[in-house]
This record gives sequence, structure tokens and C-alpha cells, in this order.
Amino acid sequence: MAEKVLMKGNEAIAEAAVRAGVKGYFGYPITPQNEVTAYMSYRMPELGRAFVQAESEVAAINMVYGAAATGERIMTTSSSPGIALMQEGISYMCGAEVPAVIVNMVRGGPGLGNIGPSQCDYNQSTRGGGNGDYHLIVYAPHTVQEAVDLTYEAFEVAEKYRNPVLILGDGAIGQMAETVKLPEFKEKPQKDEGWELSGAKGRDGRSVKSLRLAEGELKKLNWHLHEKFLEISKNETKYEIFNDDYDFLIVAFGTAARVSKSVVKELAKQNIKAGLFRPITVSPFPYEALKEASKKAKKILVAEMNTGQMLFDVRLAVQNDEKIEFLGKPGGEVFSPKDIYEKAIEIFKK
Amino acid sequence: MKVMFEKTESLTSNKSIYCPGCNHGLIHRLVAEAIDNLGVREKAYGVAPVGCSVLLYDYFNIDVVEAPHGRAPALATGAKRVRPDMVVFTYQGDGDLASIGMSEIIHAAGRGENITVIFVNNANYGMTGGQMAPTTLPGQKTTTTPMGRDTHSHGFPFRMAELIGSLPAVAYSARVKVTDPKNVMKASKAILKAFKNQVDNVGFSFVEVLSTCPTNWGMTPVDALKFVDEQMESYYPLGTFKDIQEGE
Ligand SMILES: Cc1ncc(C[n+]2csc(CCOP(=O)(O)OP(=O)(O)O)c2C)c(N)n1
Ligand code: SF4
Repeated sequence: MAEKVLMKGNEAIAEAAVRAGVKGYFGYPITPQNEVTAYMSYRMPELGRAFVQAESEVAAINMVYGAAATGERIMTTSSSPGIALMQEGISYMCGAEVPAVIVNMVRGGPGLGNIGPSQCDYNQSTRGGGNGDYHLIVYAPHTVQEAVDLTYEAFEVAEKYRNPVLILGDGAIGQMAETVKLPEFKEKPQKDEGWELSGAKGRDGRSVKSLRLAEGELKKLNWHLHEKFLEISKNETKYEIFNDDYDFLIVAFGTAARVSKSVVKELAKQNIKAGLFRPITVSPFPYEALKEASKKAKKILVAEMNTGQMLFDVRLAVQNDEKIEFLGKPGGEVFSPKDIYEKAIEIFKK
Repeated sequence: MKVMFEKTESLTSNKSIYCPGCNHGLIHRLVAEAIDNLGVREKAYGVAPVGCSVLLYDYFNIDVVEAPHGRAPALATGAKRVRPDMVVFTYQGDGDLASIGMSEIIHAAGRGENITVIFVNNANYGMTGGQMAPTTLPGQKTTTTPMGRDTHSHGFPFRMAELIGSLPAVAYSARVKVTDPKNVMKASKAILKAFKNQVDNVGFSFVEVLSTCPTNWGMTPVDALKFVDEQMESYYPLGTFKDIQEGE
């Protein structure tokens, strides 16, 4: 039976990864995700699994790369400036098609910014960030329970497509404590997938690499990665529509979506039929579903804890800029329900 | 008839792209022999660097991962920690290990990772056309030190085998060269020891091999070997700088 416990987001994510069978965790301290590293520092050794506090995020992600190339389940977690340093390794892993799970508990930026919860890394995580033509699969949980469930699932999705998966959280998700149902312990099935470096027993050596020198080889890889992402988009795109009976639609992800849910309920009290469209995968983005959902909305409010990054994806999906309004809250600050409520009323009165 | 020389199992029969007179090929052979002597081909995990030896996986018939520039020791750390039964080694040039990857190598050595590091010092960046490396000799001309390395503005070369040897968690650090058969034998022994240490769980083992880059040095292969013997060795003395098993 799944257990129900009160846990802080960061620790719950760590425990979810442990239960998903993570064999190695490599990390470097950065606020607001330090609880993950601290939790793993005793949890992993007590289960006979690997934990290393790396000397930098550059080293951490490359430890992930080297370890994941053996075919084991591997994870790292960090926050914005740390994830920026990891982009090198992430690009290499995408090029070499090595699966792993990376968690970004986003804080305010650019640069050192502040340690407040933010959504300012949307572009970095959905558009690349490292060099080259590649895509990450990016989940944006809005509660601790969802963060647990998506982390647990992320390993298998990463392995299925041999592609790193990023969990895009923020300081709020990491720091809040909620009652969560923890999943069962599982392990990765022991079988040779034909690519992992597990020792050349009775076979020739294999390589895991992103270098493609021979003529046409890189082009082939680039098209393959593209096709793969189309497949991922078809199979793995996730979203939620909260309150389907609407003529006013809020679009938000993560913590901003969590706040928006209470706004939708508040608006109902004023007889305003509002709904929430919440992308769960921000990459692949649910373009089709949002396009469909936008049809019955007279007005659409995009609410993000940044200056408007997902806004561009919403515009691409809706293809009617007149309908779209934006409310941003950058600077490492969380929306209060009042912020969004007041904006909604203002739009509604127009 | 007695067979005197055979292809060693851990090498493929692919032709290498190394320049004539380059020592990379010979050093590959010594590494492969060590792996075969210890019977660990089927457990080996090599980490290829960025540099002329980037195509390592084409030449070794073992499992090889290709690292970002300088990060090989981090990949090796990750792999060894989750698969302690594997025999994990990095093979890195001097630009790779002592410049961009200085942090990763020092910290892997500082943690005493049970891995083997083969460090090929040819006093310049070979692959990118002979720029200054952290190991370029004082006065040595490269494309980015056209007047010769001036220690006032370019700093001094790093003696990596000594530096690594000074760290408490390191089990073994040595410097060898491969300019003549006698030294090739010594290098072979050092490399074998660096691998055996890992198999026996002795700890972090590092072998620096002085090597040639006739192409970028603008020398014939014979003069390049002379340069190693006469110029490089006086700045980079051969020897063992740390061996925790000494006297055993
Ligand atoms: C991040 C990054 N920076 C720079 C390069 C370009 N680069 C490729 S090889 C190399 C130098 C390698 O020199 P060394 O390690 O001494 O090996 P050698 O070629 O001499 O064997 C450089 C700078 C790169 N590939 N990646
Ligand atoms: S450029 Fe130098 S190091 Fe590279 S293969 Fe040629 S001789 Fe060897």
C-alpha cells in the first residue's frame, strides 16, 4: 500500500526518485533545493547506492552523464545558475541519447538574482540552453504530489526515448510541505538495451558519444532527434483543464497555475465562468489542446512568474493575439490569488 | 615458431588517424596491453577526451564514452560509483586535463576515486593546431606564443604528476616517456600498475606520459623524440611521485 506522509517538496522529490530506483545521485548545493542533496547524502548510501557531492554543477552533470551511460537510473538536482552550468552536459547527453532526470527548482534571475521562487527559466528549459539542435522533455508540477508522481515517472519516460527529462519546479514547490502518497519501490528491469556501456562481455566494444564526424552522420542524428521529439509530442504531451465550463480562460503552469486554481473558484462566486488551462509538459507544449481550448474563451489571461516566456507558446497555439492578455510577476515573487483575481476582473470589465 | 608480436585483444584493427611520429598510437597500445594482461577487457569502461585522441572508441575494442572537453574525470567518477565492478579509465591530453579540465582532475584525485588516469603531455594543443597548453615549456613557440612562452605573461607550466602526487588521497602518480624501447618498457609497467591498482582497490592512479606532436612542433618524428629527451624531460623529470605501496 502506498504510504501517506507529510513531506517538504524537495525531500518528497528525492524520495520519489529513490523509489523509482535511482542508482546514483550527483549534486552541488544551491538554494532553494539544498534539501534534496542533504536527503540523498544519507538515503543513497543507506540503500547501497551512489551519492557524490560534486565540486561544481559542471562536474555533477558530467558525473550523471558518465554514470547514466552505464544504463543505470541517475539523477541530479539544482537551481537556475547551477542549471545554466549544466547546459554543456545536457547538450552532450541529448547528442549521445543518454537518459537521466534533472530537477530545476527555479529561483529569480538573471545572474545571481535572488533565491525567491520564479518561472524565469522557461525559455532556457524548453528551447535548449546548451548548444545544438535538441529538445528536453520538461514537466512542470504544480503541487508536491504531482512533483512526486512526475519524478517517479520521469525515469521511465527518459529511458523510453533515451532523452534527459527535466522537472521544472520552483522554490515554492521545493519548500512547501504537503501530505503526499509515496509510490512503491521499483527497479529498472535488468536487460541489455543494446547501447549502454556495461562491459563488452562476449561482444565488441560500444561507444556512447555525441561526436558525428563522418559525412552526413550528424545530419542523420539531427533529423532522428527531431523525429523522436515529434513522437514524444504525440505520446507524452500532458495538460490539465480545470473547470471545463468557461468563457474566460487562464493559462498558467506550476506554482502560478496552483494559485490560478483558487482564482477560478473565486471568480465562480462572482458568476464569472473561468477555467484554467495548465500545461503539465511545457516541452512538448500542448499546442493542439490549447488551440482547441481557446476556441470557447472570449478572453485568455496568461499568468507567469516572469516577464512573459510561455506567452509566446500560447500565442503560437491560440493564433489570435487580440484575445490574449498577460500578467507577469518576475523577481522571485509568487503571485497572490489577489494579483490574478484583480487582473481577471479588470479584463472582464473591459 | 614463437609469435613475438600480436595485435592485442583490446584494440580494434582500425587504422588510426594520428600523424606519423605521434606517440598517441603507441600509448594506446600500452593501455590496451595493460587491460588485456589483467584480463579486464569485458569490464573496461574508457572515457575518451576532446583532443586528438577523441576517436578512442574507434581504436579500442572496449566500451567507451566520449566526454565533453576536460570533464573525463567527472564521467569516470559517475561510472565507477554506480558500477564499482567496472575498470574505469580516462585518457586525456594536456589541454584537456590541465587546462579546461583542471578542476575535474584535481577533485577526482582529491576524492581518491578508484580510477586510472592516463595523461598524455605533448606540450601543446594538438587537435586545434598547436596552441599553448598549460604544459608548454618556457620559451617554447606555439601559434599563440609566437615569441615563445613568456612566463611573465603566460605563467609557468604545470607539473601535473608532481601536483597529483602531492594529494593525500592519491595512490600512485608517475611520469614516463616512450622515446626508446627501454622507456617504453618502463611506461608499460607504470600503466599496468595504474590499472592493477584499480583492480586491487588501491585507489586513484595517474600516469603522465611525455609525448610527441611532430606536426605542430614543426619537427621530423626523430627530432620530436629528441625534443622530448632533451627539452621536455629537463622540465618534466621522469619518476614516481607517489606510491602508497612503496616498500611493500
Ligand atoms: C568546450 C570546448 N572548448 C574548446 C574546444 C576545442 N578543442 C578541441 S581539442 C582542443 C585541445 C586539445 O588538446 P590536448 O588536450 O592537449 O590534446 P591533443 O590534441 O594535443 O592530443 C581544444 C581546445 C572544444 N572542443 N570544446
Ligand atoms: S596533431 Fe600532434 S598530437 Fe595530434 S595526432 Fe598529430 S602529432 Fe599527434
